[in-house]
Order: sequence, then structure tokens, then C-alpha cells
Amino acid sequence: MTAELIHRLHFAFTVTFHYLFPQLTMGLALLIVVLKSVALRTGSAQWDHAAHFWGRIFGINFVFGVVTGIPMEFQFGTNWAQFARVSGGVIGQPLAMEGVFSFFLESAFLGLFLYGGSRLSKRMHWFSAFMVWLGSWISGFFIIVTDAWMQHPVAYNVINGHYEVASFWGLLLNPWGLLQYMHNMTGAVVTGCFVMAAVGAYYLLEGRDRDFARIFLKVGVTVGVIACIAIIFPTGDLHGKYMARHQPAAIAAMEGLFKTETGAGIVLMGQPNEETGQIDNPLVVNDVLSFLIYGTTKAEVTGLDRIPHDQWPTALPLLYYSYHIMAGLGTWFALLMIVSAFLLWRGKLYGARWALWALLLSFPLPYIANTAGWMTAELGRQPWLIYGLMRTSEGFSKTVSASNGLFTLMGFMGLYTLLGLLFTVLVYREIEHGPEAKGATVEAAHTAG
Amino acid sequence: MMGFIWFWLVAVMIVGYVVLDGFDLGVGVLHLFLVRDEAERRASLKSIGPVWDGNEVWLLAGGGTLYFAFPLLYASAFSGFYLPLMIVLWLLIARGVSLELRNHLDMGVWRTLLDGLFGIASALLAIFFGAALANVIRGVPLQADGYFFLPLWTNWKPGMNPGILDWYTVIGGLVALVALTLHGALWLSIKVSGDLEQRARRIVRPLWMMLIALTVVSLGATIGVRPETLENYYRYPFTFVVPVGVIASLIGIWMWNRNGAPVKAFLASSAYLFFMLAGACWGLYPTLLPSSSRSGFDITLSHALSGPHTLAVGLVWWLFGMALAIGYVAFVYSRFRGKADAEAKGH
Repeated sequence: MTAELIHRLHFAFTVTFHYLFPQLTMGLALLIVVLKSVALRTGSAQWDHAAHFWGRIFGINFVFGVVTGIPMEFQFGTNWAQFARVSGGVIGQPLAMEGVFSFFLESAFLGLFLYGGSRLSKRMHWFSAFMVWLGSWISGFFIIVTDAWMQHPVAYNVINGHYEVASFWGLLLNPWGLLQYMHNMTGAVVTGCFVMAAVGAYYLLEGRDRDFARIFLKVGVTVGVIACIAIIFPTGDLHGKYMARHQPAAIAAMEGLFKTETGAGIVLMGQPNEETGQIDNPLVVNDVLSFLIYGTTKAEVTGLDRIPHDQWPTALPLLYYSYHIMAGLGTWFALLMIVSAFLLWRGKLYGARWALWALLLSFPLPYIANTAGWMTAELGRQPWLIYGLMRTSEGFSKTVSASNGLFTLMGFMGLYTLLGLLFTVLVYREIEHGPEAKGATVEAAHTAG
Repeated sequence: MMGFIWFWLVAVMIVGYVVLDGFDLGVGVLHLFLVRDEAERRASLKSIGPVWDGNEVWLLAGGGTLYFAFPLLYASAFSGFYLPLMIVLWLLIARGVSLELRNHLDMGVWRTLLDGLFGIASALLAIFFGAALANVIRGVPLQADGYFFLPLWTNWKPGMNPGILDWYTVIGGLVALVALTLHGALWLSIKVSGDLEQRARRIVRPLWMMLIALTVVSLGATIGVRPETLENYYRYPFTFVVPVGVIASLIGIWMWNRNGAPVKAFLASSAYLFFMLAGACWGLYPTLLPSSSRSGFDITLSHALSGPHTLAVGLVWWLFGMALAIGYVAFVYSRFRGKADAEAKGH
């Protein structure tokens, strides 16, 4: 295995595992604010209790996000030194801002939310939850700004072979970044909603904690139906359109469009065959791709044939499948949430066991969809590390051999396998104990004498 | 000018991290031998529980600041120190997980395992951080392109062909271990009560004496390994206030601990860490990473600094952001002030 491949796998593996946690953090933080807001407004102890039950799960999830996130900041230097050396003047800023603005905010207020106990008033508790949400969404923003610059470099100058920021606001308000942010955060909300709805469905199917279950389903499905529609229209649609204009190779590869076509169809299913330049076993709907990208079925969509071969994304089938998995799951989410929301509106959701089963079984799927979405973004950018400016093959650390990289990659894989098992056990336990568990775990440890 | 400012801003972040997460690590080390029973373990963990994560953020904010202000140093140092940095990352994971999740499973075996992990990870982190600073002072075999790679050890001698570990960097690791354990003991004497508080106050004496010896040895060794360390001091003799500060803070630790003024003693310990780190930085300035082969390939301020517009932009948001951050940090510490093991009601 080459050093380049090892370093790519190193970053890809650690960031994929890491992002399993922040997506729930960011989605759930919003839902906890919803629960706390209703509790504050109505004075309902039950809604407040619901918020603190999810706060316990949130706390566990947050720790895993923190510990798996630290390696990410360091990895730009350890494994991608040549890239870091030239890009620090631009993307070092949003990465540093993430630490300075959002991490301090999140950690300060999460400490208060989880351990403040009777030291805080009701309003202060609500405010703590709100600030945790704000901190986590600001964190997401700066990471997206970083990736967006790599996907669509703006607001920079080249000075002595280094990239330096030309406009601070230009960097932060990169149009690619704004679209990517809306789409990504909506994706995180989808994860949060499905997890909350699934726990609600589980409790109802088990016949326990019915009052709490109904709260979880109400919040999960109401916010969920909005998020699952928004992830497609407008956020997915706008992001896709922008991508088609600025990364034509990526769009062609992910849609499996080998040949440029007017009235290009959308491939719903099929396997891209790089040797023959065709889709095997295709299920195509004519004209739709042209319409989606350009708003008219008469538009020409650039295929891979018009793009020089050394600018094709390097892992074409993987890119194609990632995109199709994401889009396919996104379709399922929208259908399920629309149906569930309708049932909820008609007062029939809590008794519709088939719908509860669907919600319960669907909870892992947003994790897969979010991962597939990120794979689409990162594989689509290839062979570029900084689009149009620096190739991935030019960016990794020259002095770190493939062997050293493999050693630490294996170390992370082993450690993260353990962490994954631990996470599953701990969160399962919280769910099993339920919202009524007395003085459970975290608070008992930190507030009891 | 910008270079001078950013050098010291990054130094401030490093000092902030060491003073704050330093007591978390110290409490971790003390967990291994000072803390006796379950009640004491809970008390000492409660003393750092609400603040450790925010303390650790200084490392991340500092790393990010280093990346954007000195990208060459960030890229060169992080890839050159690859293996120990990865080990530090794994240790940070172990420390965070063991601290936060210890009380999540009601099993004695689980708690014992995580307590041990917490203590060992904390001790190793202190040693690695101290050795890291010593590596920077001693220098690394930089090549013309600004990169290097260090194995974990070679012949245990600093010199032309060093490894991460040699006798000099091991001394650095030991200084950090003792200094941070002392720092943690002083934190505990503020935040816990009863027998543990008494034991924490009493352990200050042997730790303090070890620290004096190690401080003297490490300063002597530093001048031996890198005589240029004293150049800036001689050029600006008023900066000898720094070693005076080291001595004064050591005296302060002893005096205030003995007189039952734990907050002042802790602040004196913080001052010790500040003066030691500031002194090391001043001894290096404007070199950021010396070359051990004396080949002239040192990474200096002017080599590594980002462009002026980048730094000017950064200064604006950095000052604003850190002011906010210090605000949150002060707010949280003030909400959790007082003894950690006093009877407190949950909700």
C-alpha cells in the first residue's frame, strides 16, 4: 500500500468514526432545546425530565465526539503536512476559530447543564441547553467553512507558494460553504430526530414509559418531517445544483454519466462499469437529471467523456454508490416521516405498530446516509485536495512512511472498535433504565457527596 | 512585530493549557496513590468533573492557532513528532473516556479499571508533554525542506542524532510529571475536604523538594545542551526576572501551603508553570524549532509566520474570541466554586 493511500485511509477512517458522534450531538442539541423550551413555557416537569433524560445520552455521546475529534485537528499536521504547510494561512483560521469560539462555549455550558443541578435557576438551565446547541452548530459551521474552501477555494492569495486569506468574510461566506452547511446541519437534525423517535417507538412497543414515549415521538416526528423534506428540497437540490456547476466531474461520476447528454436521465439503480463506460442493469428515468440541474429537460449535462482522465474522481464506483445510498435513504426518510407525521396529526401514530416498527428499525439509517453524503463530497473532490489547486497526491506528510502510518491506523482501528462497543453498551443502558431511573449515573456521580 | 505578538499569543495558549489541564493531569496522577477509598475518588473526580473538558480545549484552540499563525512549524513538528503525537492522542482519549464514563457502570471492576487507566494516562501525558518541550529546546534533525522525522529513541544522547527520548528529554518529562502532580495536589487542597485534603497538603512537601532538585538539574542541563538559551537574557538583562519568578513562586508554594492558604499556593504553582514555560520560550525566541545538527536549518519566526493580512485578520477574531472564552471559563469556575464534595442536590 502506498503512503498516499495509507494517509487517505487514516484521515477517512478517523473522521468517519468521529462524525458518528457530532451528528447526534448537533441534532439532539436542537431537540433538547425544544424540550426545555416547552418545559419552561408550560411548567411541565415531565417535559423537563425528558430533556434531562436525553441530556444523559447527550453527555455520553459528547465525550466520544470530543475524544475522537482531537485527533482530527492534529491530523492535518501529522498526516497531511505538505497540505497544512501551504494552507494554514487560510483554513487554519476556521479550525482555530472552532476551538476558540465553539469548544469553550460548548464545554462551559454542557458542564453547567449536566452538573449544575440546584446551583442554577430554571432559566439558567434552559440557557445552558441553548448555548450548548449554539456552540455545537457554530462548531459545525467552521468545519464546513474549512471543507468548503477545499472544495471551492475562494478569497485567497498565493504568496510565496502559500495560500493566504484575502478576505475573512469571503472565506466564511463562501457560497459552497453556506449551501453545504444548510444541507449538513439538516442531515444532523435527521439523525437526532430518528434516534429520538426510535426510542419513543421502542418504549411504546415494549409498553413502558408511555408518557415519555409520546413526547419523544411527537418531537422526533414533528421536527423530523420538516428536516427530511428540507434535506432534499431545498438544501440537497441547491447544493447539488451548485456542485454541478463547479465540480462537473464529481456530478458526472456520482450520477454515473459516462457520456455527455442532452436531456440526461437520472440513474436510479445500476452498477457503473468503468471498463465499458456504461451502467450495468440500469434503471433510468429519462430527462430528469437535466431538469434537476438546469431546470429544463433540454439542457446538456457534461459527462465524463468531456473531462480529461487525470481529473476523474479516483474511486468512481465508490463515489457513485455513496451518492446513491445517501439519496435512496433520503427518499425513504422523507416517505416514512411524512406518513408518520400524518398519523401523528390524526392521533393514530401511537397505536400504529407497523409505523412504530418502521421508526424503530430506521434509526441506524441516518448514520449511514450522513456518512455516505460525506463520502460523496470527499470522493467527488478527488483527485483534488484543494480543488483545482493541489492534488491529494501532493499533500500528505513526506517524512511519515507508509509503515508508520499503517501502525497508527491500526492503533486507531483497534481503539475505536473498543470505543464503539463501549458507546453502544452505555447508551443502551441509559435507554433501558429509562427516563424514570432515579439519580442515574452521571448526575449521581457528580452531585452526590 | 506581528511575529512577536503571535509568538507570545501561542505561548499564552500553551501556558493556559498547562496551568489548567495541568491540574486535571495532576489529580489523575494522585489518583494512583494518594486517593484511598470510593468516597475520596468521587470527591477528587468531582473537583475536576465540570472543568476538565474546557481546560482541554486550550490545547485544541492552541493547536489551531499554531496551525494558522505558523503553518510551517505546525506541519513540520506534527509530522516529525508523528509517533509520540499519536501516542499523546491515544492517551488523551483514554484520559477523557476513563474520567467521564467511570460512574456509568455500577461495577467495582469497571471503576477500578477506569481509575487505573485515568491515572496512568494522566501520568504518561505529563511525561510526554514535558519531553515534548525538551525536544523543542534540544532541537531536531531538520532538513533543508523544513521537515524531519524522529524515532522514539536512538542512543539516548542529545546531539547530532537524537531520538524523542534521550536523557535530556526524560528529565523534561520528569519535571513536568512532578510539577503537575504538585499542581494537582494544591488544587485538591482547595476543592476537597477531610482526610484527602490533609493528605494533599502533606504530599506537597516531598513533591516540592523533588521539584526544586529537578528544576535546578533541568535548567543546568538546558544550558549545557543549548547554550544559546541565555543569549536573549543577556541581551535584555531585565528578563532575568523570569528565573527570579521561578524561585519566588517555589517559595510561595511552600509558604502558602504551610500557612493554610491553598488558593494562594495554587496560584503560586500556576506562576511557577508560567515562568518556566515563558522562560523556555524566551530562551528560544525567535527560533521556533532549532536544528540539532546545527546545519542552519532552524525553523525561525520569519520562516514560519503566515502573511501579514492573515495575521491581522486573525488578531481581531482571536482577541474577541478569547475574551469571550475567558468570560465563560470564569463563569463556570465561579458557579462551581467551593468544596466539590459538599452536599449538593441534583434535580
